[in-house]
Amino acid sequence: MAAGKTHKDRKVSPLTESVAVRACLIGLALLFIGAFLVLPLVAVFTEAFAKGVGAYVDAIKDPIALASVKLTFIAAAIAVPLNLVFGVAASWAITKFEFRGKSLLITLIDLPFSVSPVIAGLIYVLLFGAQGLLGPWLHSMDVQIIFAVPGIVLATMFVTFPFVARELIPLMQEQGTEEEEAARSLGADGWQTFRRVTLPNIKWGLLYGVLLCNARAMGEFGAVSVVSGHIRGLTNTMPLHVEILYNEYNFAASFAVASLLASLAVVTLLAKGGLEWRYGHELAGSRG
Amino acid sequence: MVIEVNRITKRFEAFTALKNLDLEVRPGELVALLGPSGSGKTTLLRIIAGLEFADEGRILFDGTNAGDRQVGERRVGFVFQHYALFRHMTVMENVAFGLRVVPRDKRMANADIEKRVMKLLSLVQLDRLAGRYPSQLSGGQRQRVALARALAIEPRVLLLDEPFGALDAKVRKELRRWLRRLHDEMSLTSIFVTHDQEEALELADRVVVMNNGAIEQIGTPEEVYNMPATPFVYEFLGNINRIDCEISHGKARLWGVEVTAETHDGTPVPSGTLKGHAYIRPHDITFIDPSKQEGAPAVVRHVAAAGPTARIELAVEGIPHLIEAELPRQQYLELGLRTGQSVTIAARAARVFPPAAE
Repeated sequence: MAAGKTHKDRKVSPLTESVAVRACLIGLALLFIGAFLVLPLVAVFTEAFAKGVGAYVDAIKDPIALASVKLTFIAAAIAVPLNLVFGVAASWAITKFEFRGKSLLITLIDLPFSVSPVIAGLIYVLLFGAQGLLGPWLHSMDVQIIFAVPGIVLATMFVTFPFVARELIPLMQEQGTEEEEAARSLGADGWQTFRRVTLPNIKWGLLYGVLLCNARAMGEFGAVSVVSGHIRGLTNTMPLHVEILYNEYNFAASFAVASLLASLAVVTLLAKGGLEWRYGHELAGSRG
Repeated sequence: MVIEVNRITKRFEAFTALKNLDLEVRPGELVALLGPSGSGKTTLLRIIAGLEFADEGRILFDGTNAGDRQVGERRVGFVFQHYALFRHMTVMENVAFGLRVVPRDKRMANADIEKRVMKLLSLVQLDRLAGRYPSQLSGGQRQRVALARALAIEPRVLLLDEPFGALDAKVRKELRRWLRRLHDEMSLTSIFVTHDQEEALELADRVVVMNNGAIEQIGTPEEVYNMPATPFVYEFLGNINRIDCEISHGKARLWGVEVTAETHDGTPVPSGTLKGHAYIRPHDITFIDPSKQEGAPAVVRHVAAAGPTARIELAVEGIPHLIEAELPRQQYLELGLRTGQSVTIAARAARVFPPAAE
């Protein structure tokens, strides 16, 4: 009957499928999303509150947990702004100018995406560790990078390096250089051109890149795990703290911290969605 | 202002965009750079503007070297092909941009900037749209905003890259007249790039026909149309019949008449027998009395008689392609030409060139 109805309905788009096929495909998609995205999220929060609200609050108020939250925010607060500056600078150079070695630079920017985070961490250990290349010199200068906060920041920066540039390069390529040329022909200097013309044109793409970069910076595990040394209350970020608690069979506390991390991710996504919804037309304009 | 382009050469890696090119634009002139795509016309315009720099040669503005000055220091108004309006700014802010980026000590007061901008916007008849964004405007309106923005800095030269390229035919015609008026009223010196011959011939005081990075001919629209200097100009401007012919001792026989061959650079025509091309405009083909000695027999193949001129396609013996003739409507009616009719044609004016030395 359903098939017969579709057949009679001439207004139906020629690209559509029969009801059965549609129901099947949509069902599959929902099942997939439910099993792989919604269910884990629900599980995190259920486990977190398994021993009641009191235990949840205690787990988060624990000084070691708070220290890990603080370290995560410090790492993100340093890595994200720096990657914002480098990302914008790299995209600006790549899209508005012609120079030798450009494709090499683009490849290098993508490197953190293709290298395993663990290897990224190891690189820093080999460079700055006690047995590493620069280790003895750093030791003589009394500077500690590995198993300390600088190492965590470095690893976070490495892993999140491509996010801003990757978001901006296609956008800026599409926008071309005509507006910049127009600004220059009207007497603007390089900085005025960037601040008054380029930056406003890329601000939404930039915001996206920063949001994604931030989400990754807070959630990074592998690279940070290698350089951290897992010193409680000193060099443990939130993801590392979650793992430690879990390995100690302290599931409720582990999931409580995990739920904080998950909330950060959800807030980031909501912020992104909200911006899209609120400024959708402006966004379309800056791409068109 | 006098603009002198002095032996300019520009290369893009292996490709030479401009070859040793000279041009002088006189004060108050409106000059068209006309040529097919890839002829180097836009590159030349961008070099004059300072958006591109020549590898060799000089650009002089009123006799002083402008070649090492940045685009912002040359005080040129540049109108981009796709307008390049600042998409996140209103029409008002777009036009005000050039006034707002002036260093603080030389900048006009805000109120004066707004006054100047509104004056410009009323000049381009857009004062009511000052608060709109570029995406809310039509193509013709965007074009006028781009023009007002370029004029805001009181440029000494106005440079326009394909100014009407993206507009539909009717708006294009209107804007063309309007630009001509504006150019005269503001006594600007203007150069515009176009690939549209009609636009160049109608709008410009002088037309610079370019091909392969070099200038083929400079002249008034009448000169380049009626006295094309080279085969390229012949083929590029207006309709043309090109007929293979044989040049013998500097002369060719065409339809019973002898035509003296010429070369586009004035060098003597090589002696001996060589192949060449004769060029005849469709309106220079006449229908004559078959009893005369000269002329060529032809058969009418097709007639398109709508409009003030009739276009007639003719099959001529010994010529593999059809020949096109144009007649005023009245004359066409008097002759009473029909498809299939046998006629005798002659060329009122024809020019013969040996093949271009590539």
